[in-house]
Amino acid sequence: MCVDKLNAQTPCDGLLPLTIGTVSVTEVDPGAIHAVSAFQGQAKSLSEAMKAAHGMALPAPNRATGKSGARAVWFGPGQTMLIGPAPDPSLSAYAAVVDQSDAWAVVRLEGDGAEDVLARLVPVDLRPQNFKRGYTARTLLFHMTASITRVGEKAFQIMVFRSMATSLVNDLQRAMEGVAARG
Amino acid sequence: MRVAGRGLIDRGTPVEFSFDGIRYSGFQGDTLASALLANGVRLMGRSFKYHRPRGVLTAGSEEPNALVTIGRGAAQDPNVRATMQEIYPGLEARSQNRWPSLNFDVMAMNDLAAPFLGAGFYYKTFMWPRSFWEKLYEPMIRRAAGLGALSGQANTDRYESAYAFCDLLVIGAGPAGLMAALTAGRAGADVILADESNQMGGRLLAETLEVDGKPGHVWADEVLAELRAMDNVRLMTRTTVAGAYDQGTFAALERVLHHTGDRPAGAPLETYWRIAARRSVLAAGALERPVAFRNNDRPGIMTAGAVRAYLNRWGVATGRSVTIFGNTDDIHRTARDLLAAGVHVAAVIDSRHDGPVSTDYPVLRGAQVCGSSGRKGLESITVRRASGEERIQTDCLAMTGGWNPSVHLTCHMNGRPTWRRDIAAFVPTPGAVPGMRTAGACNGAFSTAACLREGISAATEALSDLGLKAPKPEPPQAEDQPYEIAQLWAVPGKGRAWLDFQNDVTVKDVKQAATENFRSVEHMKRYTTQGMATDQGKNSNVAALAILADATGRAIPETGTTTFRPPYAPIAIAALGAGAEGAGFKPQRFTASHKASVARGAPMVEAGLWYRPSYFPQPGETTWRQSCDREVQMVRSAVGVCDVSTLGKIDIQGRDAAQFLDFVYTNTFSTLKVGRVRYGLMLREDGFVMDDGTTARLGDSHFLMTTTTAAAGDVMKHLEFVRQGLRPDWDVSLVSVTEQWAQFAVAGPKSREVLNGVLDTPLDDAAWPFMACGPVSVLGVPGRLFRISFSGEHAYEIAVPARYGASLFDILTRRAEALGGGLYGMEALNVLRIEKGFITHAEIHGRTTAYDIGMGRMVSQKKDCIGKIMSERPGLEEPGRERLVGLKPIGESRQLLAGAHLYNEEDAPVRTNDQGYVTSVCYSPTLGCMLGLAFLADGPDRHGEIVKMVDHLRGVTTLCEVTDPVFFDPEGERVRG
Repeated sequence: MCVDKLNAQTPCDGLLPLTIGTVSVTEVDPGAIHAVSAFQGQAKSLSEAMKAAHGMALPAPNRATGKSGARAVWFGPGQTMLIGPAPDPSLSAYAAVVDQSDAWAVVRLEGDGAEDVLARLVPVDLRPQNFKRGYTARTLLFHMTASITRVGEKAFQIMVFRSMATSLVNDLQRAMEGVAARG
Repeated sequence: MRVAGRGLIDRGTPVEFSFDGIRYSGFQGDTLASALLANGVRLMGRSFKYHRPRGVLTAGSEEPNALVTIGRGAAQDPNVRATMQEIYPGLEARSQNRWPSLNFDVMAMNDLAAPFLGAGFYYKTFMWPRSFWEKLYEPMIRRAAGLGALSGQANTDRYESAYAFCDLLVIGAGPAGLMAALTAGRAGADVILADESNQMGGRLLAETLEVDGKPGHVWADEVLAELRAMDNVRLMTRTTVAGAYDQGTFAALERVLHHTGDRPAGAPLETYWRIAARRSVLAAGALERPVAFRNNDRPGIMTAGAVRAYLNRWGVATGRSVTIFGNTDDIHRTARDLLAAGVHVAAVIDSRHDGPVSTDYPVLRGAQVCGSSGRKGLESITVRRASGEERIQTDCLAMTGGWNPSVHLTCHMNGRPTWRRDIAAFVPTPGAVPGMRTAGACNGAFSTAACLREGISAATEALSDLGLKAPKPEPPQAEDQPYEIAQLWAVPGKGRAWLDFQNDVTVKDVKQAATENFRSVEHMKRYTTQGMATDQGKNSNVAALAILADATGRAIPETGTTTFRPPYAPIAIAALGAGAEGAGFKPQRFTASHKASVARGAPMVEAGLWYRPSYFPQPGETTWRQSCDREVQMVRSAVGVCDVSTLGKIDIQGRDAAQFLDFVYTNTFSTLKVGRVRYGLMLREDGFVMDDGTTARLGDSHFLMTTTTAAAGDVMKHLEFVRQGLRPDWDVSLVSVTEQWAQFAVAGPKSREVLNGVLDTPLDDAAWPFMACGPVSVLGVPGRLFRISFSGEHAYEIAVPARYGASLFDILTRRAEALGGGLYGMEALNVLRIEKGFITHAEIHGRTTAYDIGMGRMVSQKKDCIGKIMSERPGLEEPGRERLVGLKPIGESRQLLAGAHLYNEEDAPVRTNDQGYVTSVCYSPTLGCMLGLAFLADGPDRHGEIVKMVDHLRGVTTLCEVTDPVFFDPEGERVRG
């Protein structure tokens, strides 16, 4: 009798993509996202299990390991986000593994001037010599807490709370317009 | 008057603009001040207090007189310094603080009343009658004295804020700053060079000095070309570094679009920069001091440096017959520049007896200018010598009292400058701002060669701090004249000699302050208002304190300076708050059901950052109460659906998770069975209630805590503090999952029927009793179900991953509506919980204990918990404490009001008789009357008594019966049914 069906909606549904000047922002389908926090004294074992199962070690603070499609991003003291693959069951022996696949809006900001756009919103030093590919920061994006990772020479992955996707796009758009208007 | 062959303006590009409605023409590269002077306009403003006619005094950002309003309508920009405003086609500037016109200003009457308007006048005169101050005197004074006005409309311009990072920030791009940037740039340091002007070069643009045998501006252009070619150097023109803060952070304002009429959509008018620099070099130059003498404020009297700047940079002669007065050799430099440009120099008046002489122009040594005449423009000056006074016809007087190094930024972190007697000026105290070095004129080095040398050495030292090695460049060749100054602050004599042009403060005012015992420089400043205008006393501070020192018989260093505070130059609030106007003030959090709720016309209320629907109006409903009443009855009789995703949800795992919960909650969670939910109460460390909520046990060492919407962040912070700070020995992990799950309350007798339509396995009481929880399959999607209730009805909360939230909301709504139910909002939710006596943060507002809210027994005696000991302090358990009760109106008035206070029926409603206060009220459609929750002294012992509710603000008195806070279904039968 049941004809109802649950339809999935992405966090930035109807908000993206957006291109202004030389910078574009697109929503990323990150796959699964899981918070992985090692139980007491298990960080090393967890790192080994991660390496064995997903081919990447636990990242050091302010670093991300892996590559597009399968990344481990440092997310705070003792916390890593495994982004992409579903977590291997072996991880649960060493860590609390919590599904966050629907909790974060994930976007990619890319293009000449992407750094200038972020310089209007993010109070940390993102210059290429100090924030290289594979560097990540938990910081503010204007008034929001965010996770920002350099994923390319001119590309950043930005994560904010799903509920704040509209504010994220508004803030990025304003900054992109300001950068584009300077030419 | 424009002078042929002089200036760095682009004579091939004429620019039309207007001032006070009159059209003028200037050239690309002109400021409004230089263009007006080129057109022979000397009168540019009226003074603040006396409405004296004023012309331009300076050529820089320190300008006190020539303030104008740019533009019209919402974007009108007041108090713009004509010396900083570049002209562009169509620029519309207007004078300020005059009525009806600049030329004829009625308020100039104030000038005639000047003898009565001296320092302290307001304080002394407008004392009586007291009530007149606010109603009459203050508005009158504010109207008479003033600057430009804002439009009163919302600003339509866009502003921007931004961050920048560098190894070395160089502030000021004169010879010292250019050399510092060049030295550091060549060494590979990441350099930002910021300068206030549209063109870098500083005094090299304003003087006829040579560097390495080239005109100074040519040399500057060559250096700039080299800097521009470096990837590691960023040049920021039109950027004023306005403040120095901790950790090498600087505030800077970039005027992005003020110089052009083209305002592309989305482009910022200004950008407010926060620059973090590992090291900095201040090369901010120096500001020239005017000399105080009688009527030294007439249009046509300006600083000698400004006269040279207008001539050399903008090709403008500031007069036909110029006189020059001062106490350094700059007077001769000025005379030579003017003569070379073909401008007549009527006389050079040197206050020194031993200065140089000249055969090219008359030099009066040991002389002083002691007066001037010409109401709206200078006509003549009076010169006093030992032999007597002499009047000289002149339309421009160039004056100099020496230079004040721009030490401002070195004092922003509470540093004080050091007095140097040999140059009669304050210089920066080394180390006043960590990581900052000073170079050039701001350091008291006034020759070009010294500036170049100091720029190199400051940068070299900074580079060595940064661990960068660089070949030290050879300083270019330049003049290295000594600075011969004899102190000259004020010329003695009668009449008013202006110190602070912008706030109309005279020498006499400062002396009067001293006489009235305002001897501290800080007191003098506030008594006379000297230095309190938008120029912050840049033109007058040192002279004023020199005069105060003299009047009080102290030395200048002993008298000291006032405090320098950021910003160095005015910054619009719009720039400071860029992006935060309107909805940008804070992030907006939207639930998965947001669009559907808005589509149904639900007004939104803000709960923290979240937006939640207040109620869902149906056709025919004209007030919120009608909608709310219907929604309450709908939940009680059928079923209602409400998005509760905003409640905080915290995933807690780890070997010690249960122990952790026992520690943070007053009650015990280690005994909770897997698959069950328990209500919990959390105390702050001081023993007062922090938050409440339910926690579900999902596994042996896996819990899910919910918090109230408003306290979610605070609770997470608290738990992290406990985990990291108090019990780092425990194995606990905390992850917020608020955003992961869309969660909906489905409440009412038909709730199970609605849910069974979406659950793949139907519910029954045996498997799902009250307070059960567990995983479910929702239309094929793994979800979670909790049988909990905030309404007192048979109710559930169903959760699915947030991506399915909007879809599930639609399905639940449709199914509820088919059963005579529907959506309910925050208003109905509030009524439902008040009917049941459930608390929210209206009751746990930070000053109530578990005992106060009737949950004293929830503080387990079998274990310790955070806040337990402190909650047992004598005062928190003693009789007479205000404790939670219910209220029902019983008298003629049926109205209850939150915030009203309670009194015994027979007592006068005054503070000393206060018995308590009302925290929550609602109209209960279920019980047909208003209900209230309140805190009443010894409340639980007084059920059945009559008390008087009085709202003094709204003038309402209602007699109430004190009841149990649970008004409806006290046995809780419905929730289990």
